[in-house]
Amino acid sequence: MSDILAQTTTVPALDLKPRSNNYWIGVLRRISRDRLTVICATVLLALILIALLAPWLIPADPYKTSMIRRLLPVGSPGHFLGTDELGRDMIARLAYGGRMSLLIGVMPVLIAFVIGSAVGIFAGFAGGRINMAIMRLLDVFYAFPSVLLAVAISGALGQGTTNSVLALTLIFIPQLTRIAESATTQVRTLEYVDAARMSGASSLTIIRVHILGNVLGPIFVYATGLVSVSMILASGLSFLGLGVKPPEPEWGLMLNTLRSAIYLNPLVAALPGAMIFITSMCFNLMADGIRSAMEVNE
Amino acid sequence: MTTDTRPLSVAEDRGGPAQPILLVKGLRKHFPLGSGFFNRNRGAVHAVDGIDITVPKRTTLGIVGESGCGKSTTARLLARLIEPDSGEVIFDGEGVGIPNGMPLKELRRNLQLVFQDSFASLNPRMTIERAIAFGPTVHGVGMRDAIERSRSLLDRVGLDPTRFGGRYPHELSGGQRQRVNIARALAFNPRLIILDESVSALDKSVQAQVLNLLMDLKEELNLTYLFISHDLNVVQYISDAVMVMYLGQVVEVGPVEEVYRHPRHPYTKALLSAVPSLDPHRRTERTPLSGDPPNPINPPPGCRFRDRCPQAHAVCAGIAPERITVGPGHEVACLLADAASGHPDATGRNDR
Repeated sequence: MSDILAQTTTVPALDLKPRSNNYWIGVLRRISRDRLTVICATVLLALILIALLAPWLIPADPYKTSMIRRLLPVGSPGHFLGTDELGRDMIARLAYGGRMSLLIGVMPVLIAFVIGSAVGIFAGFAGGRINMAIMRLLDVFYAFPSVLLAVAISGALGQGTTNSVLALTLIFIPQLTRIAESATTQVRTLEYVDAARMSGASSLTIIRVHILGNVLGPIFVYATGLVSVSMILASGLSFLGLGVKPPEPEWGLMLNTLRSAIYLNPLVAALPGAMIFITSMCFNLMADGIRSAMEVNE
Repeated sequence: MTTDTRPLSVAEDRGGPAQPILLVKGLRKHFPLGSGFFNRNRGAVHAVDGIDITVPKRTTLGIVGESGCGKSTTARLLARLIEPDSGEVIFDGEGVGIPNGMPLKELRRNLQLVFQDSFASLNPRMTIERAIAFGPTVHGVGMRDAIERSRSLLDRVGLDPTRFGGRYPHELSGGQRQRVNIARALAFNPRLIILDESVSALDKSVQAQVLNLLMDLKEELNLTYLFISHDLNVVQYISDAVMVMYLGQVVEVGPVEEVYRHPRHPYTKALLSAVPSLDPHRRTERTPLSGDPPNPINPPPGCRFRDRCPQAHAVCAGIAPERITVGPGHEVACLLADAASGHPDATGRNDR
């Protein structure tokens, strides 16, 4: 009997190469085949390295002003990317500015990702009244435009980088919680979760083994999209004097201070914006690539 | 071919062969309508409305009925995936869901469920050998042993573990996935498996293979099946007894040959005459049933089938029929079978 069964189920072997058991090794393999994702990851890695190693890579001082070398155009001798409105070297400012910009762009999203996922997955898995209580509470945050809320929280907490990171984190938590909750609610009703419950496993085990891998993808993609939002909101806070203080190089702040020079030297004025654009673009594309690599049934 | 049962031992037979493995009395589940704060008490869907089930050991009970009659809800209630409103469930002599009764984890080790949707019931991000191994690890079996057991089970259900073990669900066909689901249920060494439309989504030839596999496994592992299906031919093939449900209630139950040959309830008769026959002399002359079942939200008193019943009478609106015995193990809930009911066409109990 079992011989007959074995014969009838045999399908022509499509690939007989041994398969890796580990899911994440498979994800990495698929990412490495995706050229766009690899390029984006490389660019981001380079930006991070330049920001971190700026004191060793960049000879110029980002704080040194010079009244006679103000607003030099791109390609000037000694200042390859020109100078800003106070004569400071743009290469140095962009490199050093990456530190603060990347930090303020990534940190709030990262913290909110962790908290939002935890709360959202809990709400989605618990369902019922607990879910409703949590989600309606978070809806309060949606009543305010996020920029206004950031300004309000930042203003209440006082000026400073830590406080603006905190304000931005608070803004992103409801959004990420909502994504996590809807993804979890969707997965929870699938029969494999019921099958896992039938095994007698605890809720924590079910979440860890069966829910997390299936909901983190969409949350992650949404979160990476927030990195650029975070950078732009942070620059808005800096502009209002609530975030990074003026002498400090930061892309958003530089964009704001250079806006007066946009008719005199548009190329230089656009540089910090270009950096923000490249960074957020790379984050988004990389997130897309990682998401599709995490998708097993392509 | 023997199955390696080392890591999880088979639960012992507590009640002896005469004790039914599953005894259900008055199982009831009403889903309230409207979950918001302001719209309470709009009524409830009477999904399962007081049903009694008896499943003797090592038999197969088929449950048939139209969609929405409460078959799947019954399966989920028995597995405690949803909590019943009331009713008594006794698994091999031990009460379930009562203080000092059988713990839930223990019940779920003895009772497993195989779902209809073979794809949705497997985690898409988990290789199938891991999906099968997950259950035993929950019960304290080490990962290495669990994988080993999972591979031997894959072999047992007819999938080569070296070729299929590391695959993901989407890389398998529907029949192969359903074999995986069966293997996952077997990994617990259960004694009762509820098959909720488990072969309904498969095409006929694959369905036959899976049914044969199920029959073999039943013999080999002393299993008991609760086989839920809307396919009357399949139920006849695999079951010892059959239970017909209509709108959350049992209308007829009995040994499969008896019920198929001499159906007593008009609904069962209609169902059976709706089965397409290849014999031209037995072809259906007219539509056996028309219309849909009435709304299960707050159903009216009396017999729930009376709106569609060809033999309905005024008394049917007043009296909800009780289950009465009409033959050995054959029970029917219809006033026609009760001579004392007042129905003009009612016949005696053993009168056919």
